[in-house]
Amino acid sequence: MKVHFKIKRFNPEKDKKSYWGEYDVEAEESDRVLDALQTVKWEIDGTLNFRRSCAHGICGSDAMRINGRNSLACKLLIRDAVQGGKIVVEPILGLPVIKDLIVDMEPFFAHYRAVMPYLINDTEPGERERLQSPEERARFDDSTKCILCACCTTSCPSFWVRGDYVGPAAIVQAHRFIFDSRDQGAAKRLDVLGEPEGVWRCRTVFNCSEVCPRDIQVTQAIGEVKAALITGRID
Amino acid sequence: MAQYHQFDALVVGAGGAGLMAALYASKSVNTAVISKLYPTRSHTGAAQGGISAALGNMEPDKWEWHAYDTVKGGDFLSDQDAVDILCKEAVEAVIDLEHMGLPFDRTADGKISQRRFGGHSNNETKQPVQRACHAADRTGHMILQTLYQQCIKNNVRFFDEFQMIDMIVIDGTCRGVVAVELKTGEIHVFHAKAVMLATGGFGKMWKISSNAHSLTGDGPSVALRCGLPLQDMEFYQFHPTGIYKMGILLSEAARGEGAIFINDKGERFMERYAPTMKDLASRDVCSRSIYKEVRAGNGIGGKDYVYLDFRPERINKYFEADGNPRRVDAEYIEKRLPDIIEFVRVYMGIDPITEPVPIQPTAHYAMGGIPTDLDARVLLDENGAIVHGLYAAGEAACVSVHGANRLGTNSLVDLIVFGRRGGKKMAEFAKQTEFLPISQEVHKPAEAMLNGIRNNDGKEHPGQIRKELQLHMDEHVGVFRTKQGLEAALEEIRGLKERYKRIHIDDKGVQWNTDLMEAWELGCLLDLAEVTAISALARQESRGGHYREDFPDRDDKNFLKHTNVWSDNHMSYKPVRMGRYQPTERKY
Repeated sequence: MKVHFKIKRFNPEKDKKSYWGEYDVEAEESDRVLDALQTVKWEIDGTLNFRRSCAHGICGSDAMRINGRNSLACKLLIRDAVQGGKIVVEPILGLPVIKDLIVDMEPFFAHYRAVMPYLINDTEPGERERLQSPEERARFDDSTKCILCACCTTSCPSFWVRGDYVGPAAIVQAHRFIFDSRDQGAAKRLDVLGEPEGVWRCRTVFNCSEVCPRDIQVTQAIGEVKAALITGRID
Repeated sequence: MAQYHQFDALVVGAGGAGLMAALYASKSVNTAVISKLYPTRSHTGAAQGGISAALGNMEPDKWEWHAYDTVKGGDFLSDQDAVDILCKEAVEAVIDLEHMGLPFDRTADGKISQRRFGGHSNNETKQPVQRACHAADRTGHMILQTLYQQCIKNNVRFFDEFQMIDMIVIDGTCRGVVAVELKTGEIHVFHAKAVMLATGGFGKMWKISSNAHSLTGDGPSVALRCGLPLQDMEFYQFHPTGIYKMGILLSEAARGEGAIFINDKGERFMERYAPTMKDLASRDVCSRSIYKEVRAGNGIGGKDYVYLDFRPERINKYFEADGNPRRVDAEYIEKRLPDIIEFVRVYMGIDPITEPVPIQPTAHYAMGGIPTDLDARVLLDENGAIVHGLYAAGEAACVSVHGANRLGTNSLVDLIVFGRRGGKKMAEFAKQTEFLPISQEVHKPAEAMLNGIRNNDGKEHPGQIRKELQLHMDEHVGVFRTKQGLEAALEEIRGLKERYKRIHIDDKGVQWNTDLMEAWELGCLLDLAEVTAISALARQESRGGHYREDFPDRDDKNFLKHTNVWSDNHMSYKPVRMGRYQPTERKY
């Protein structure tokens, strides 16, 4: 089928402001949106720039705003994306655009680092694995799925308004450790998340959960962190 | 004009091997990582099923059994001292990962859970053994995340989205690398005492491939251009279960949990090819069996694919037939294999719980690469001389533990074990040496190379050259190979290399120029495709992943040896380091 692509373009070396590039692409219904973008790049216009790597929804490189909704271009099929023969592609919102669909990810990763996204446990672990029951492991399973693609954070109106909000992805990463029975750093992380730019900026809009390409219940994870802050208990 | 940096230890590539090396080097020396991707985008994250270690958490197991399985899986081409290190250190390396916070699935008594995988067996009963430690079917994702987390904790310096273009090798010593910062287009010189190449594989020279777009063999091709040899390039693994036409990987863990291959007649055909291990035979055996079925007209609807069947009632039927008391249900399968079930639903629009899944072999993993010693030090020649200050680990390297065919899960073991050994050795080396001098002009060749591509105004289009390369490689340098096919491929590849000299790209800009980067990467793939075809042509036998229809048998008398190949296409061989296991007929 023929699909008409409208892609937001911006070249910092040439353009004062962004504009729409329009391309007609021959694609199969079962192709990924990413495949069609590669067709544009490889066969029509090599100057189109976007990030991509694994092409099957696991590396998190190709988060984009497709028909107004954040998706991974490699996890959305043409038949599910196309509307009236058209697909509109823009960079994700809330992060500075560098070139075409490529945004500056540094602010996003700075928020990630702020929540101490690593196991904190200074006790001597011994020669074998630390024990953890299947139930304890299941407690934080959902948040281990996060691939840091930024679909959630850049779909959040609170983040659009205030870029200093740590955002849903960083909270999910914090959740992954706060609720891990092996971790001892919950108090430190909750201190960070209790700050004005922490979890209280979340207005439970649910955009994050709706767009997560890994189907993580992001808003629920944020809610559990809020509850831990209020009650002082982690359960 | 170039920006200048100095580090004791510099790692190129931020997948499992690179991050493990950086983590260990950073414990005692000033360490940096440069990566063309954000580290969490690395392809280690796509590894699904598990990482093997003889923990014995589920049933009796020994690292020596793991070692024998690895040697046998490698069709006796593995260096057995390296395999012993791999399998012995796997145990403590997996525990190390757990201590770093890796969320492994757990047994009822709280230990790391393990499952079956292809080619892993109890050496006494010959039956499959539960050795693969797993975190659902996203084990690689969890390894990558955990190592990145630990590197952040240890303040490893990251240069994200920097592409290595050249390496500084002078008088048999490596003194750093030259890279371009993608965002600005600026050239950076990284002056280092110890450099590790951990850039991953090069599966993008084939069309049907499980590999990420970024897997273009940058490390091996830069090494080749610096006058270093590559080893065992003819040994490339085609994983039996790629999603039909797309090549996306469906983990062997599916078969570990009981899934089976089915042909058009509804037969479980692996019973004929591997009577003991059946669907859990090694990957090379399964991929060849699939194509033998296809050639016999038993592909689904007469086409070039078969089914992978993980419908619970079918799995249970075959468990029963095998006298295995285990039974599974839909809930269990969904819990153990959530990601690959989702891949099938998203990309094929079918539900694997109720329908069989069309699959075909997919280009997956390079057994060959940059030759190293047991401490990840890069070898200069077939006699064992080393390049001082240069290290390689992971898929980019060839140590050689995988021999002619890698066992499932052993890539992750390789990353962790040899990444760690390399990292420790780099730190040790850096502490006892000074920075060797480099010239002010050291970045000029890289700069000239990029400008050459940017400003070239030929008629050829890189996208077209890539497409043709992939088609030739799929056709002639795949699961089945012949002299005629390989010669045809070699001629085509050399023709493409000539055409590559006359390319043009559309984007003449400096900042974030992916048109330029992809054209540069294509050059890497062409170089590696050529030495792959040359090595395959010279090996007149069939062993592991290298199957010559004109030489269908293994020939230990003439070919129990490693291939080394150089950029000028000359070759030499070196003996395999044998150990406890002598070559025997390989049966599963």
